[in-house]
Amino acid sequence: MKDTSNRSKAYKVFSMIVLIILALLFLFPLYWIVTGAFKTGQDIYATTPAWLPSQWTMDNFAKLFDRRSAPLFEIGALVGPTVPGAIRWLVNTVFMAVAAMLLTCITAAMAGYALAKKRFIGRAILFSLIVCAMALPKQVILIPLLKEMSALNLYDTLWAVIFPTVGWPFGVFLMKQFSEGIPGEILEAARVDGASEWRTFSTIVLPMVKPGIGALAIFTFINSWNDYFMQLVMLASNSKYTISLGIATMQAETSVDTGLLMAGATLAAVPIIVVFLVFQKYFTQGITMGAVKG
Amino acid sequence: MAKQPKSAMSRALVRRETISGYLFLLPSLIFFVGFVIIPMVICIVNSLTDANMNTQGLGNFVGLKNFIDLWKDDTFLEALKNTFVIVIVSVPTVCAFSLWVSSAIYKLNGKLLSAFRCIFYLPVVTGSVAVTVVWKWMYDNYTGVFNYVLKSTGLIEKNINWLGDSKYALWCIILILFTTSVGQPIVLYVSALGNVDQSLVEAAQVDGATNFQVFWKVKWPQMMPTTLYILVITTINSFQCFALIQLLTSGGSGTNTVMYYIYYTAFKLTEKAGHFGYANAMGVILAIFIGLLSALQFKLAKEK
Repeated sequence: MKDTSNRSKAYKVFSMIVLIILALLFLFPLYWIVTGAFKTGQDIYATTPAWLPSQWTMDNFAKLFDRRSAPLFEIGALVGPTVPGAIRWLVNTVFMAVAAMLLTCITAAMAGYALAKKRFIGRAILFSLIVCAMALPKQVILIPLLKEMSALNLYDTLWAVIFPTVGWPFGVFLMKQFSEGIPGEILEAARVDGASEWRTFSTIVLPMVKPGIGALAIFTFINSWNDYFMQLVMLASNSKYTISLGIATMQAETSVDTGLLMAGATLAAVPIIVVFLVFQKYFTQGITMGAVKG
Repeated sequence: MAKQPKSAMSRALVRRETISGYLFLLPSLIFFVGFVIIPMVICIVNSLTDANMNTQGLGNFVGLKNFIDLWKDDTFLEALKNTFVIVIVSVPTVCAFSLWVSSAIYKLNGKLLSAFRCIFYLPVVTGSVAVTVVWKWMYDNYTGVFNYVLKSTGLIEKNINWLGDSKYALWCIILILFTTSVGQPIVLYVSALGNVDQSLVEAAQVDGATNFQVFWKVKWPQMMPTTLYILVITTINSFQCFALIQLLTSGGSGTNTVMYYIYYTAFKLTEKAGHFGYANAMGVILAIFIGLLSALQFKLAKEK
């Protein structure tokens, strides 16, 4: 008995050590991006890696902001002040992710409630269609999507990236899972009291599925921010680029300036990581709920 | 809906439920049908035509010609082979690794647990482009940390051109894909392990079962639905591996995959320049493979 408890203690210590090493390895690329952004060319091209910048420099960021410039925003005739292109990319990315998030949350909350609580004709078929669509790789439909977007005159606008994200049925599925938990009696009572459908939804259902909406919001925001393939196919002009796409093109243009790329990568990664860390509780919940009845 | 509405009252109720149900669904359906279902249908129809970038409308119907051509296209077959190597290697390793990590961390206290969970999730959040540019540097022939560390520990003698050598390139990509794939499974397994029925675990321990037996006989069967979900999402993810290929090797050094080849065929200037029909045929094949694999995994999981 004593022997086994000693062994299990030893195993615990061993697994903790392995875990810590693994965690450090997983953190390393991020560490390398951020420190790389502040390194001088000499440090970056050293054959013996400089584990810390021997001299912290802002040159890489200066170079990044010194490239092409663009107006901060363009809404119709309204044109913002001129800023470095990289800032414009960031503005585009935030706009895209926020718009995708808001539209997804609104449409999915409504649809999820209907699928969970309404007994309407065609519900079963619709739900299986949604589940099947979720299992298909999104990228497969990118080419027809591209043609559709040019037919709708949306090609090379951020909407071409936003709309397909909203259409992706994961959100509806997730919100259905959350809406299942609403007790039927409450809805029944609201109906007996003569509340309209919309009132029932906005005053009873919405507050109850709030955690689900939080989860979906953060999930959509991060996925949309990082959906590089869609951005690559749909966006063509430099002023429409997202930050990911901008760095990817920079890499193609200047494949040797590693410091510049790291500065760009820092700009792309740090904001989204901060968002993730702040909202990670919701995020974990969303991932788990989506799988409950996977 | 299984029961027929008996009175006029409940028939009116059904009608009311149907109308309001569809009204609530309408905004979502517009996007779902418009930007998922319609493109899917176009994809299938297009795969049977010779449509290209400049074709107006649907192009000429050519039957299964695109599919037959694909089986004679060596580049496609190689891409298909690579895709399968990626899936076959990464899916089991991701599953096993995340299961081990989760079982090692799920009993830790709240702060430590969420710290570990976050760290393993970070590569996903960082975004494929940022992750790719830094790994490209780490793999670099002269200034990369890989060559430095391996050389100073004496594991290799000469610098290796990791991404330029077809012996290593695909494995390098699988490694990056691995680090960006384990985050979600770990989150899922941690919560599944936390939800295991404790009374069963205690009963087994009272009967003298070892930790090992408790894990495989009691916990593992209860986590089967989670495992299945993880298998499916990891498979889909691995099939879709694109950014890594495009940014690291552009499909060179024996790393072409179906996803990259679709992109290449549709958007790059080749002899098949902008051949949308051909690219869509590949998309259809990819979708069929993913569908089959998911179905197979479901079946295997059910039998257990």
